Amino acid sequence: MEKRIRVLVAKPGLDGHDRGAKVVARALRDAGFEVIYTGLRQTPEQIAEAALQEDVDVVAMSILSGAHPHLFPKVVDLVRGKGMKDTLIIGGGVIPEGDIPALKEAGIAEVFTPGTPTTAIVDFIKNNVK
Amino acid sequence: MSNEKIQAELAAYEASVQKAIARFPERPHLPEQRLYTPLDIKDTDYAEEISFPGVYPYTRGVQPTMYRGRFWTMRMYAGFSTAEESNKRYRYLIESGATGLSCAFDLPTQIGYDSDDDISEGEVGKVGVAIDSLADMEILFDKIDLGKVSTSMTINAPASVLLAMYIAVAEKQGVTPDQLKGTIQNDILKEYAARGTYIFPPRPSMRLITNIFEFCSKNVPKWNTISISGYHIREAGSTASQEIAFTIADGIAYVEAAIKAGLNVDDFAGRLSFFWNAHNNVLEEVAKFRASRRVWAKVMKERFHAQKPKSMMLRVHTQTAGSMLTAQQPNNNIVRVALQTAAAVMGGTQSLHTNSRDEALALPTEESVMIALRTQQIVAYESGLADVIDPLAGSYYVEALTNKIEAEAWDYIKKIDEIGGAVAAIEKGYIQKEIQDSAYKWQMDVESGAKTIVGVNKFQIEEEAPKNLLRVDASVGEKQKAKLAEMKAKRDNAAVEAALAELEKACSDENENLMPHILKAVRTYATLGEICGVMRKVFGEYEAHVSL
Repeated sequence: MEKRIRVLVAKPGLDGHDRGAKVVARALRDAGFEVIYTGLRQTPEQIAEAALQEDVDVVAMSILSGAHPHLFPKVVDLVRGKGMKDTLIIGGGVIPEGDIPALKEAGIAEVFTPGTPTTAIVDFIKNNVK
Repeated sequence: MSNEKIQAELAAYEASVQKAIARFPERPHLPEQRLYTPLDIKDTDYAEEISFPGVYPYTRGVQPTMYRGRFWTMRMYAGFSTAEESNKRYRYLIESGATGLSCAFDLPTQIGYDSDDDISEGEVGKVGVAIDSLADMEILFDKIDLGKVSTSMTINAPASVLLAMYIAVAEKQGVTPDQLKGTIQNDILKEYAARGTYIFPPRPSMRLITNIFEFCSKNVPKWNTISISGYHIREAGSTASQEIAFTIADGIAYVEAAIKAGLNVDDFAGRLSFFWNAHNNVLEEVAKFRASRRVWAKVMKERFHAQKPKSMMLRVHTQTAGSMLTAQQPNNNIVRVALQTAAAVMGGTQSLHTNSRDEALALPTEESVMIALRTQQIVAYESGLADVIDPLAGSYYVEALTNKIEAEAWDYIKKIDEIGGAVAAIEKGYIQKEIQDSAYKWQMDVESGAKTIVGVNKFQIEEEAPKNLLRVDASVGEKQKAKLAEMKAKRDNAAVEAALAELEKACSDENENLMPHILKAVRTYATLGEICGVMRKVFGEYEAHVSL
């Protein structure tokens, strides 16, 4: 039996908007992934620890507060620091196009901006997970 | 034409419809009922259910002359970066014709953290202004006469503290609390269910809220002590009926809590206010507004036996639906907001914020916010929509839809009552699940094409990323930290300690009204983080129910 892809859907920082995170989480679940949703107000440390504990293949972060330049790279560093070298780390939310190159440089594999269909996220994970 | 005759003619019409459909099949995903007639509202009693503006059940509006006497308040939600920057924006808005202020605070402020807290890193000034102490508040309202302006503050868990700061700033301007006009959102239940900026658990949060009701009824009588909100519930994905039902259920919980705390309903109910979303479907929104007034009036009269008319009137601030703005082809958003404005005005709102075209991407630039404000002014002055009261009343469709939304709202309220009220419904995750299910259905409808979003799943173009978006300077965090350190060095730290100790003691006594103690602390320049820190210590923090 093929092992199912495990995804941690996380809400870093103080942002309380969880509609997108929950919709994505449910879409990923419907697509056959195993999904763990962290809930709100996760510090980068909490996200990295959850990723390790849950032994996920993917960390998917949703943020709408504008704090992504600080929080996303931190999560990448902490996840990698815990030895999770192959974990696919993606993000989405209200993130200006201009910020994306720096995020990718910091190790975010892809950023999904407003209007992206959930199918695009599912396909990206399937095509890029290690 | 008698109802029997209409029935007969309707049957004939239906026959012609079948012929038309054969030649012109109807577009997919339309509402089932294509036409409304007097038959659809034949059981609606005008005097009992529709009535007159300013007359129970207020379906047609809460004031007798509505906009003929005074337009809705054009109240643009604003705030970002430092108090200095936000003060500039507030004065720009007032100069441009805004008739009320509306303060947006950053997330650390909303969640009771100072700018120098570790958890605030990267968040300071991003989604609103950073307010760490009375010092920032003084700058925020520099050259703004608090005796003249009315100010809404979108602040919930620490609403008591921001209200105290506002009162303290006014004091320094020589304005006494009884003159102050404004609103604090102060609606913690929707934070748990949909918005996420809670701090303390429900019990102490309700205590703080009822403390504010009591304090203001005696000292700040012109202040709206709460803005019971459906906007965020809708933004989180709910339907129109759920928006008003869950909000009114929250309202019921607040009224019950206040009565339990010993207040007389007519002493505080007149200062409860509401906050609706103005969504895309214009006619459904108008019906929703009308239904909401009718439902609340009946709740206050039949359930809580309010005697004063003001206790039964649902007064509402509205915001156009942020979730309906698209990042694609942002100028289209100007059109969306114009339609949503028309809906809010025909719906009878008392106050309105219109979103800017760039807000799917960032906080608005001056140019974008000007267009949003002009949208309101054009609707007010040029469209005629504000010139006759409740103009859609009597429309067979709108009256039928008003009735339908009212009925659906009662069903949800009954269900929530059966669960044990709004607090229980939230603790059990019922409201969150309903919202989530609606949100998921919406997304699936968009992805299947059942719902069209112009520019997103139809009429897409290749476009460049927009330029000239507002960016909050990354140095704001450092600036605030420096300001904080300077302020803490200058203030009387002994007085701060004493005030915080007194506050802590008061927190532990459930019979103490906390407002005077918070006011005292605020005046010593105790920071928001310090004051909330004391409350966190005594009350603990809310443990969110994580459900998918």
